[in-house]
Amino acid sequence: MTAVAAPPTLAGSPRPPGLVTDRVVRVVVFVAGALVLVILALIAYTMINRALPAFRSEGWSYFTSDVWDPARSKYGTLAFTFGTVLVSGIALVLAVPVSVGIALFTTEVAPRWLRKPVTYLVDLLAAVPSVVFGLWGLLVLAPTLPGFYQGWHDLFSGVPLLGSLFDGEPIAQRTFMTAGIVLAIMITPIITSVARETFATVPQSLKDAAHALGATRWEMIRAAVLPHSRGGLTAGILIGLGRALGETIAVALVIGSSPQISAKLFGSGDAAASVIALQWGEASDGTYRAALIGLGVVLFAVTLIVGVVARAIVARTDRHAGGSA
Amino acid sequence: MTAVFPRPSITQSTASPWRRTKSALMTSALALALVVAAVPLVLIIAYVLAKGWSSVTTPGWFSGDIPILSRSEGPGMGPAITGTLMITGAATAMAVPLGLLGGIYLNEYSAGSRYGKVIRFFADVMTGVPSIVMGLFVFVIWVLSFGLSAFAGALALGCLMLPIVIRTSEEMLKLVPSELRESAYALGGRKAGTIIRVVLPAAAPGIISGALLAVARAAGETAPLIFTIGFVNQANTSLFNDPNTALSTQIFKNANSVFPGPVARAWGAALTLIGIVFVFTILARIASALLARKHQP
Repeated sequence: MTAVAAPPTLAGSPRPPGLVTDRVVRVVVFVAGALVLVILALIAYTMINRALPAFRSEGWSYFTSDVWDPARSKYGTLAFTFGTVLVSGIALVLAVPVSVGIALFTTEVAPRWLRKPVTYLVDLLAAVPSVVFGLWGLLVLAPTLPGFYQGWHDLFSGVPLLGSLFDGEPIAQRTFMTAGIVLAIMITPIITSVARETFATVPQSLKDAAHALGATRWEMIRAAVLPHSRGGLTAGILIGLGRALGETIAVALVIGSSPQISAKLFGSGDAAASVIALQWGEASDGTYRAALIGLGVVLFAVTLIVGVVARAIVARTDRHAGGSA
Repeated sequence: MTAVFPRPSITQSTASPWRRTKSALMTSALALALVVAAVPLVLIIAYVLAKGWSSVTTPGWFSGDIPILSRSEGPGMGPAITGTLMITGAATAMAVPLGLLGGIYLNEYSAGSRYGKVIRFFADVMTGVPSIVMGLFVFVIWVLSFGLSAFAGALALGCLMLPIVIRTSEEMLKLVPSELRESAYALGGRKAGTIIRVVLPAAAPGIISGALLAVARAAGETAPLIFTIGFVNQANTSLFNDPNTALSTQIFKNANSVFPGPVARAWGAALTLIGIVFVFTILARIASALLARKHQP
């Protein structure tokens, strides 16, 4: 309880030292904490306000049309949404097994002396700026990829579904797949660190029990570690997804910038966040700019939902872990 | 305490050869995952070093202006280095004190209150808001009225750093044993005085480490700066007036060029930026190592 009783009003008694500071500090820290809510609310309000002209002039076709032609004032964003989802999907498919593998290796397999260096190494990957990933992806990685892409394409060219998936028309350097690979490298440290923290909460008694029943190390992981960590892993994957959805610069450099809805992984595409960055310079007129800010609003809303779901899962698993400890 | 029992040796002998092989195979696959992630890290650092080194070691790299004709060759990233340091510095000056105060609220004042839970939850959610959204937000509320400037960039980076600093400060304050606070109260200390004189000094290395990691994250950001600082070729030391430039936006602008000069400058800027970011990351490690030593009896 924080109810402060009124100080006794003895005439002439001095104020207790520090009382005023105490109250001022209480207010100041509360305001600083509330700033988070204020900023989030301001982001939502001011950006929706600025994007309204585009939402108004386009109506639902802003979301459902794939015709983005600023010269004719057509602003349909479906192709960008498609690209963002496809690229983030590729990134997750590539990054999740690697991240979970590293986290399991660090917590269950590696000798104790190796654990800290491995953690440092992965954190170092997280410290590399996204524009440097983009630069490297564009100038080093992308030129080496079409060879591999062509190989995959030839391998699966007869197979019905995979044949069209592993295609490009034409097979290019900067593609959905290239962007997905670069994104996968970038989100690996994020998913790894959440997964590592989750695995660390698995009670030793569970692992001992599995070993006592004769389980090998891998069977122990399957039977004790993974089932106990389902919630935390889901949250980690969602946090990685949120990062992938909003990543702008690296994707802008390697996706190839051609808005098209085709599930051809080796062809060029476009994604919502990178479109904002790449077209911002040209967008001088009001509706064009509003349409780009509208893409920002969509990104904000989607990442907010992904974030809320992820944190809610974390909060729930924390409570469970707290209860069983 | 969880007592770790020595694994019974029968485990090894009862498992069939196939099960043991499978376990060994899967364990190696886990180690392989680490290699898969380490390869790009090593490649990126190697390429940035190899391609950026000659640019960075050319005289005038750190002090010279950026060539006005962008396709010309030769050094000069001085204005971008100044810009990056200024923008990141101003963002730190805003976000770290506010974030620390927010962290103090969460750990010292919000026990059991619903506001505290809501703020903690949304601070976590805010760390996941894409940086480009922060850039657009600052464009809408600041740049439209006051124009492009280093300060606008700092506002965007500050919005990114704030939730990180809040949450890391809270975690570090949580590590301070409550006996310390109780002893201060027993000596007649008031809450605010106790926090300022007893709790904060005890948590200082951890808080500094968290702040430095937030600085490292902000220094490398590009997307928020595209909308807020613009481009210039000469150093602009004014925080509030006129466009500015930064290493990250220079890399983004030059990466796509077909001329060798700007591409070389992009690699040089990448090396310089990674250098700055890694320095902050290593400083953070040292600070948290100090904390660990302090907490050992």
